[in-house]
Amino acid sequence: MVWTLGAPVPEEAPLPSSPPPGPGTAGRLPGSRAAAAPRGPGRRLLDRTLARPSTAAWIGLVAVTVFFGVQAPDLLTAAGAAGVLDTAALLGIGALAVGLLLIAGHIDLSIGMVAVSSALATGLLVGEAGWGIWPALAASLAGALLVGLLNGWLVVRTGLPSFLVTLAAHLVLQGTALALTRAIAGRTVLQGLGDAPGWSSARAAFDSSVQWGDGTFRISIVWWLGLTACAGWALWRTRLGNAVFAIGGARRAARELGVPVQRTTLTLFCGTAAAGWLVGTLGLVRITTADGDPSLMPAIEFLVAAVIGGCLLTGGYGSAVGTAVGALLYGVARFGVTLAGWDPLWFQAFLGVLLLVALLANGIVRTRLRAVPLS
Amino acid sequence: MTSPDPAPAVLELRRVTVRHGSVAALSRVSAAFAPGTISCVLGENGSGKSTLVSVLSGLTRPEEGELLLDGRPARFRSPRDARGAGVATVWNDLSVAPLLSVWRNFCLGAEPTAGIGPLRRLDRAAARDVTARELAKVGLRGVDPDQPASTLRPGERQSLAIARALHFGSRALVVDEPVAPRSVAGATQAGQALLAARARGLAVVLVTANPRYAHLVGDRFLLLAGGQVAGDLTREDVDADSLTRLMAGDDELSALTETVRQTHPDR
Repeated sequence: MVWTLGAPVPEEAPLPSSPPPGPGTAGRLPGSRAAAAPRGPGRRLLDRTLARPSTAAWIGLVAVTVFFGVQAPDLLTAAGAAGVLDTAALLGIGALAVGLLLIAGHIDLSIGMVAVSSALATGLLVGEAGWGIWPALAASLAGALLVGLLNGWLVVRTGLPSFLVTLAAHLVLQGTALALTRAIAGRTVLQGLGDAPGWSSARAAFDSSVQWGDGTFRISIVWWLGLTACAGWALWRTRLGNAVFAIGGARRAARELGVPVQRTTLTLFCGTAAAGWLVGTLGLVRITTADGDPSLMPAIEFLVAAVIGGCLLTGGYGSAVGTAVGALLYGVARFGVTLAGWDPLWFQAFLGVLLLVALLANGIVRTRLRAVPLS
Repeated sequence: MTSPDPAPAVLELRRVTVRHGSVAALSRVSAAFAPGTISCVLGENGSGKSTLVSVLSGLTRPEEGELLLDGRPARFRSPRDARGAGVATVWNDLSVAPLLSVWRNFCLGAEPTAGIGPLRRLDRAAARDVTARELAKVGLRGVDPDQPASTLRPGERQSLAIARALHFGSRALVVDEPVAPRSVAGATQAGQALLAARARGLAVVLVTANPRYAHLVGDRFLLLAGGQVAGDLTREDVDADSLTRLMAGDDELSALTETVRQTHPDR
């Protein structure tokens, strides 16, 4: 169930005919590789599969689904699938944006806090200032993009590691958003936003759902899959995608060939900020509450999902589908732990192990890429 | 300053100064690069060769002085602008992104596209075609445009870089000699490409630390030392041995430049 609903759709975008350039290592060069290092057809197929960024995540997804499917058979019902996809969708939107940034060789830690603070900003504008929901959403999106621009600008101008820049942005946002909210509203949880003008159309866009069997499938899944498909297309089929891969994999070459490194980096940072805003908005509209508890949205999970999905921390390698599979894997594990009736704390440990395995798999992939004949 | 060439210079530097921090990497350098001529820029490490390349290719903007293209001041905001104007560069690292396929590398930064607006996408068929065609022109056959550049041998990478520069550089070709040691075949192939470009009437700028190689292919020799022009010679002025000696020591360099100044007062 999880499979049929979640997997094939994002896969469609990047797969067709064009092999991922990075992973293309094996991507369709049987002839040429055979010339460099003769190998049997079986071995070549193996190479090709191993070189796909999402391979490890697919294997992990199958393993985890089988494991929890046995532990908690409810997982494989429509309700279970809906729960998994719901978790995966919110995470997957953020992981997708973070994954694209990883491919370009940068990290954004502030995305989770952008989600929280844009939800708070929307809540304040609606609840305290009496704005309609749409103007409030537009304003908070503008604010989020501003944060993204600032992050990107600092990174391209100063050359500081994006890890530190966005960590600083995370802290500043966390303090500012919570303190401002408390100063203005007297609390950090803004409830009862459902009376705002335009709320019904906002619900249609961000919180509608379809019932299928005993599962409620939310529109966030559509957002997630749609964005993943768009990003996959953009990565393999557009100039922007070429630029993203080149910037992450060979920044000097990209500069020398006149690839707009700065503009692309700014775009990607704006992308993560917008994704943060979308995640915050999806949550806000669903529960008609803006909750300033930062522990609700730890940024690191987006990163974890993207890395599990095969995005290399050093850049130049990864895929949109990979981040989706990583998010799905995360969703299955999280929901599976709950359904199996385990202490939810086990999930953390499990996630850590998963991340470690993913990193090791990444490392193997990287040595394989290096091992591709250089001379 | 500008040597009296029959043809007007394609690329010209006028009193160009570039500083890295407080150090002047180039200090009031003037040079003219004429069409159909191979001009060799020679100098030790740190003499400003790389900075000269990055000024000519649009990566660095001169702080003082100006860059002229066909006699008109040119302001390249990026190497993309320079390539658009027909000035292409072969960088000393060859600018190859190993994880990208050969055709993506070939077109990187100047990809052919189809469609308009948000649906503008890479024209992959055209890109593959042009890649295969241009690679064949420099004698690189049997390379699948879809294979990643990491599978290319060093010589093939150089071919890729040269084919790319020849394709995009319609006016001038700037070649920064690879840092990595090359095979004789590699050097020969690069030399052939330079001569072919000269025959097509391009202004060719070869930046190298190897005087013998420079003398083999070059028509003019611009000597750089400490970010300044230390000599501007033609083939008639020097033989390969004296060019080598010039590279070796500053004293001899200045002595000979003095001699040349006397024999050629217009320099």
